[in-house]
This record gives sequence, C-alpha cells and structure tokens, in this order.
Amino acid sequence: MQTILRAENISKYFYTPQKFKVLDDISFEIRKSEFVSIIGKSGSGKSTLLYVLSTMDTDYLGNIFIENELVTGSKLDKLAQIRNANIGFVFQFHYLLPEFTCLKNVMIPAMKLNRYSTEEIEESAYQKLKLLGIEDQALKPASKLSGGQQQRVAIARALINVPKIIMCDEPTGNLDSKNSDIVLDIFKQISKDLNQTIVAVTHDIDFANSSDRIIEMQDGRILK
Amino acid sequence: MKIFPKIKLNVDLEIAFTHILTKKKQTLIVSFAAAIGIAAFIFLNSLVLGFNRDSDEALFKSTPHIRIYVDDKISEPLLNDTANNNIAVISNPKIVNENKKLLNPNKILSEIKKIEDVTTATTWLNINVFYNNGSAQVNGSSSGVNINEANEMFDIQSSMVEGNLQNLISTPNGIILGVGIAENLSININDNISVVTPIGIIKVMKVVGLFKTSNSVVDKSKSYMNLSMAQQLMAEGPDYITDIYVNVKDPDKAASYLPMIIERTGYNAEDWKAANKSAEASKKTRGIMMGSISIIILIVAAFTIYNIVNMTVKQKLHDIAILKAQGFAGKSVVKIFISEAMIIGILATIMGLFIGAALVKALSKVYIGGDRGYFPIEFEPKIMILGILIGLLVAFIAGLIPARGAAKIDPVAIFRNL
Repeated sequence: MQTILRAENISKYFYTPQKFKVLDDISFEIRKSEFVSIIGKSGSGKSTLLYVLSTMDTDYLGNIFIENELVTGSKLDKLAQIRNANIGFVFQFHYLLPEFTCLKNVMIPAMKLNRYSTEEIEESAYQKLKLLGIEDQALKPASKLSGGQQQRVAIARALINVPKIIMCDEPTGNLDSKNSDIVLDIFKQISKDLNQTIVAVTHDIDFANSSDRIIEMQDGRILK
Repeated sequence: MKIFPKIKLNVDLEIAFTHILTKKKQTLIVSFAAAIGIAAFIFLNSLVLGFNRDSDEALFKSTPHIRIYVDDKISEPLLNDTANNNIAVISNPKIVNENKKLLNPNKILSEIKKIEDVTTATTWLNINVFYNNGSAQVNGSSSGVNINEANEMFDIQSSMVEGNLQNLISTPNGIILGVGIAENLSININDNISVVTPIGIIKVMKVVGLFKTSNSVVDKSKSYMNLSMAQQLMAEGPDYITDIYVNVKDPDKAASYLPMIIERTGYNAEDWKAANKSAEASKKTRGIMMGSISIIILIVAAFTIYNIVNMTVKQKLHDIAILKAQGFAGKSVVKIFISEAMIIGILATIMGLFIGAALVKALSKVYIGGDRGYFPIEFEPKIMILGILIGLLVAFIAGLIPARGAAKIDPVAIFRNL
C-alpha cells in the first residue's frame, strides 16, 4: 500500500515551565486508506504529535513527508497551501464560522483552493452534507444547529477538498454518547466507502477499537 | 491567463463582507465617527484655503504680484586698492541719496509685456502729499498712474463710491480720493483741493471720484492722480517713474519670474510674498493651526476604526485559527481584516464628503459683514480629493495593525487552550 504520511525521528521540546522532551524520536508511517487512532494518557504527547503532523506546529526536529514529499522546513504560506489541498481537520469543537450558513462553511476551504467554479463547489458541498445526512440543514446558520449536527458539518467541511488525510483531535470528545455513535459511524463509513485515510487522536475506546490500527503513546514515545 | 476571468468574489473578501454585514449597526456608528473626522478635515482645510484666497485677493487690490524698483545702494569704500596690497579705507557705509528714477521706463515696460504669463504691467509713481482744504490739512500718499492699467490690475472701479474712473482721463488735474480724506476735509465730488508735496510744489486739483476700501487707514490717506500730475508735483520730467508693477497669471509662481525680470531690466524686482512677509506668516500660522486640529481629529477617527477591527480580531480568534488550519495563509488573514477596515473607511469617506460639503455650504451662507460679505469658503475639489485619499489611507493603516496581529495568531495555541 502507498504511504501517505511518514514521520521520521520526530522530537519536540516544551520550554515552559521548564525544558521537557514531549516527543522522543518518533518514526512511523500511515498508509493510504488507513484509519489510525492515536491513544495515550493525558500528557503522553499524542495531541502534540498530531499538531506536528498537521504542519501547523513547525517547531520540532525530524522530518515529515506527505506522499513522499518533504514538508518540513517549507515556508508558512506554502504549508497553508499544503493543508488546504491535502489535509482535512476535525477538532473536539466544530469551529464553524457562526455568520455563515452550513453550506458556506463547507464551501470555504474549496473556495480557497479555487480549483472549481462556485457552482461546482456548491454542488459538491451539498453532496457532502447529504452523505452525512444533514443536507436539510444546509442553509441554516451554523450557530443554529445542535452539537452533533455541527460536528457533522465540520466533517463535511474536512472532506470538501478530497484531502489525502483527515486529522482529528478528539472528534467525539464534546458529544453525548448518541452523537458520538453517529460520528463514529460516519468515520467508519467514509473510511470504508471513500477509502479515506484518517488519523485520530482519541480518548474514546470504542472509537479507537473501530479503527484499523491503534498507536499507543506514553511519555513521548510510541508503545506499539 | 484567462481573458475573461469568472467574476467571483474572492473568498477572503466574502468573509470580510459577511463580518461587516453581521454587525451593520456597529459598522455604521464607527463609519459615522470616522466620517466626522474626514468631514472636519475637509471643512477646516477648505476654511483655510478660502480665507487665504480671500485675503490674497484683498492684498492684490493694492499690491502687485511683482514690483520693479531701484534698490537702495550702500556707499562704497572710498579707497579699495587691495590689488597693490594697500589697506582699504572704509568710509562709514550708508545709503546713498540717489535718484530712484528708472531709466527708460517705456522700454522696460515693453520688455516686461513681452514675457509670457504677464497679464498686466504698468508704470507707477508714489509720492507723499498733503491734502489741504482751507486750513484743514491731511497727509497721505498719492499714486500717479495710468488709470486704465491701474484699474485692470487692482480693480479700483469696484471700490468707487462716487464719480467715475474715466473722469480722471478727461480731467488732467483730477484726483480720486479715499472717502476718509474727503470726510476729514469736508469736501465732496467736484470740489477743488490743493495738494502740496514735501518739496514745496502746490497744485489745485479737482476731486473727480471717491473710493472706499476695507481699510480705513488707506481711505484716510490714499489717492490716485494722473501720472503726469504726479511728475509735476515732484518737479520731474515726463519719464520720471520709480516703480513698474507687474501681474502674472499665477501669483504663487511670481517669485520664479524674478531672475528673468532682473536680468532683462537690470533693476531690482520683488514679489508680493517677499513684500508681505507678515501676511505670509499669518497664512502659515493659520495653516499649522487648522492642520494640527484636523490631524488630531483624523487620529481619533483612525482609532475608532482600529478599535472595531481589533475587537473583531479578538472576538474571532477561533475563526482565524480554523481558517489558518484550513489553509488560509497569513496574507489572506491580513486581507480579510484590512478589507473590513477599508469597507468602513470607504463608507466613512463617502459620508465624510457629504458632511464636509454640507458644512462648507452652510458656512458659505453665513454673513459676516465688512467688505467680505459672506464667509469666504467654497467647495475645493483639491481638498475633497485629498480628503478621500487621507480617509482611505487612515482606514488602511488602522486596519493593518490589527490585521497583522491576526495573521500572527498561532492556531495550535488556540486549539490546545480549549
């Protein structure tokens, strides 16, 4: 299988309150279509690792490759482009822009990518919302939806540019069990049906058990 | 490159517009506050410009743009034999009591008239006189003029209250007096007065007109007479001229003609700004006063715009973080918030133009009396354009500072702090 994401000897230090090695020489690969969960106790460095992989955190040692292309050391504007085209994000909170409709929220990353006409983007955003069963909410302002619906809009937004990889930080962490189940089902579905590569940091054991592979972290290292 | 690119609103601009549209009321209030600043800038500067123009016009009723005259000479050392290493003997240098006569004035006049941009040029002879009526005496100065040329230059006709300028041409011994003189000597038009010069020549002259200017001192001392009469009062011949007055198209450029005039005539020349240093100084003072007030108001306007954009950035930290995560580069974030400031700036500039124009219009209807009549203010296109540019510049700078702050936000710090 083709490698989508490769981390090579990643180390990172925190300097406040004192110097502390939060990631210790981590190397691993994520292959195409894999659904990977990263678990570990609080402070194990799993979220820190995710943000390093996301290219948003540039203060680390080692190298990161996306589809065999080195992204470490690229300029910030270039990294922004790389994220725009290749990475979708789902966080614990939805972070939808409250002034915009759900549809527009989904469209915005594609409009930034600027590869298709507005009509094509709108059509594709509708499809994503339909896939997640919330197309009837499309024209409502994002702030008017329930928490579970908002998280689904956020997932639709992560999918809009057909990213090589979706990165999640506790995607079910802020949801009740019913909505957690719905979101988990969605991730299983897009992993299976769309062959979407997913990396998720999670506390949720059900979520982790549903994934193809679990990476467990402790004290800045990978256990298994 | 596409020849006809699809017309679509850039996503950065769309976000900026949406932010603005979701807080219309706030936007309007801030725009209005900034508009007052721009209006004040336009109004105050139009005020100064109009007032300066008016006082220049008043000045040009008695001062030519350029005056050609014989400069005072300082006496030379008696002996100046440095060539042979001898010591120069200096003889207490002071002004030489030389004749102020311009040689061959008609030749000079025709030379001056050949210069492009010269609108009027006329010979002039100022003399000190005493006006007598019986035992009553008033001292003052009289100008010996070619009355038609003088009128062309100073518009004397507009200040005439009695009589006609043309009467001076038909009456060789005519004189046009300031109303103050006539009042003090208790004489009227067509009366005769005797005019005496310091060198003792007396002429009986006929009052053919009276004029009234805005300056009562002038009205109490000044008169006009024919050039030949003034020459006779000085006991001089018909080519005795002390001054040549020149007007040019653009009075502000008067100084630039001086070297050419000095070269062509060989005499000294002075422009009106040099001759009226105190008027220039008070003009500058007015400019600095109004300039500093309008700048302070503009700074306040800039702060209101800065404040709202800064507040938006602070409220939208999460939105900025997710936009950056999704691939909006720092420059896009800068563009979003500068656009918001510019939208407010454009609104403010439009409103400011209207408010400023309304203030100008209102003040132009205020009657202040005197020879000014209505307040000397009018629409100044230059100031309006400057107001637009400054309004947009202020908005840009006021937006740039918080926008750069927004671009520097670290999304990881925002996501992880929750």
